[in-house]
Amino acid sequence: MNSVHKPDVAVETAVKPAVKPIVELKDVNKWYDDFHCLKDINLTVTPGERIVICGPSGSGKSTMIRCINRLEAHQSGEIIVDDVVLHEHMQGIDKVRSEVGMVFQSFNLFPHMTIAENCMAGPMWVQGVPKGEARRLAMKYLEQVRIPEQADKYPGQLSGGQQQRVAIARSLCMKPKLMLFDEPTSALDPEMVSGVLDTMIDLAKEGMTMLCVTHEMGFAREVADRVIFMADGEIVEENTPGEFFDNPREARTQQFLSQIL
Amino acid sequence: MQEARLLSKTPFVVALYAAFFVLLFLVDMSGTGFAELLAPAIGSDGEGSVYARFVTSVTLSAIITLGIWLIGKLQFNAQRVTVWLIMAGLFMLFFTSFDLSFEFIQSKIWFMVSQGILTTLYISVVSISIASVLAIIGAVAKLSSNGFANGLASFYTSFFRGLPLLMQVYLIYLGLPQLGFVIDAVPAGILALSLCYGAYMTEIFRAGIESIPKGQWEAARSIGFKFGLTMRRIILPQAIPLIIPPTGNQFIAMLKDSSLVSVIGVWELMFLARTLGQKDFKHMEMLITAAMLYWILSMVLEYAQSHIERRYRKG
Repeated sequence: MNSVHKPDVAVETAVKPAVKPIVELKDVNKWYDDFHCLKDINLTVTPGERIVICGPSGSGKSTMIRCINRLEAHQSGEIIVDDVVLHEHMQGIDKVRSEVGMVFQSFNLFPHMTIAENCMAGPMWVQGVPKGEARRLAMKYLEQVRIPEQADKYPGQLSGGQQQRVAIARSLCMKPKLMLFDEPTSALDPEMVSGVLDTMIDLAKEGMTMLCVTHEMGFAREVADRVIFMADGEIVEENTPGEFFDNPREARTQQFLSQIL
Repeated sequence: MQEARLLSKTPFVVALYAAFFVLLFLVDMSGTGFAELLAPAIGSDGEGSVYARFVTSVTLSAIITLGIWLIGKLQFNAQRVTVWLIMAGLFMLFFTSFDLSFEFIQSKIWFMVSQGILTTLYISVVSISIASVLAIIGAVAKLSSNGFANGLASFYTSFFRGLPLLMQVYLIYLGLPQLGFVIDAVPAGILALSLCYGAYMTEIFRAGIESIPKGQWEAARSIGFKFGLTMRRIILPQAIPLIIPPTGNQFIAMLKDSSLVSVIGVWELMFLARTLGQKDFKHMEMLITAAMLYWILSMVLEYAQSHIERRYRKG
């Protein structure tokens, strides 16, 4: 992997006030019973931004991105996704979700459907796309993730890395405005990781807005505009990848980096 | 293979022989048909004597032990078949000891099949179908976060699992007319069976649905599937193969529980078994015939179920 530093791009997006954010979290708090898992989270994501979120396990990073498509509910503060405020009694959360792609650590493909059907399900049943067109769409994105030849197999017949790339294609078929990745390579065998990362890098280069919870530091260096470090439910440090890795500000960041690098 | 190894140990075989000997000696087989076969050895006037008891039990326990030892030598499948045949033979012996009138059975059996089995099957099939619909609704309600739905569903399952089915049959058949809904015996029976089995099957369906990983829900919901669509397209297609085998069990159980609706005068198998022989004092004939018919039906269904199970295990 070549490590291209792009701190200037990040600075640019950060100072451009005119661009309307696609995701905004304002003073978001969340508790699991007594456990305060998100503490006053503030985050603004502009279209096209690539953000990598890292931190020790239990730091709330997965919870935070799962709040963005409301797989988890927050208890206070405000989350705005593409001008829609997420709250308890809202109508149309399904519409928001259909515009936010999500890739899970455990792939979560539908095992009773073929690979193509997995990809066609959303367009056909949520967006009402005719079957033929849905199939074309599915093949287009399966080609993009480089496994079109697996279209008529079942998920159980594919390797973990292939399944994860199908999961990415399945999300892309919905033409999302934003993609959330929840530790997409953590459940993979080491030799499968690079195939998935290459797919994600391609996606980043096409300008997809991405929020990735990952510990793949090479990926973070190569594509991220910003790296966010979370610990104990708080955002501890937010920095450009170059600064984050080479010159971290916070002691907790330094300690974390010394453990994983 | 535990038995095969045990039977190759001489002390075990001797102990088995001794146990049978003591048992048979205490039971005293000297007055039976078997003792008559041994008359040359005992002498014809030996009935009841200690010597006659001794000779019969020595011989009979030797035959039994030898039989068991021989079966122990067979392969698994041959063992199975032999045991089945011996048990069936013993049952036949038991039944013929009632001195049954086979002409009487012959004269009634066609009616028992055409009226009795048909009604039993009809009631069971209709009831299991309605019960399955109730079970899906009940399971979804039980899993929902809606307090009303959950309350209704858990009350339903608690009530109908908590009362004896026989009482439910009476309550529906005798109770509904008092409220102004006059109901025939057959629909009353179907209603009782459906409600009761629907309650049991609600738990089966709930467990089946819950066994589908949470990630399937999350993946479907994150694509924008609503609850109903997720259930129909993602969860149920995966849960139903898990639900079908226990539902088959429920159906076999219901086939026999449908005999309870005979108390309200539905002409199904059990009702005919109780009534057809009454006039001629041939109760045993009809009861045993009905018992055999129930058994055959269950065996056919068990066979069908094992096929379905195998198909879904592959799929």
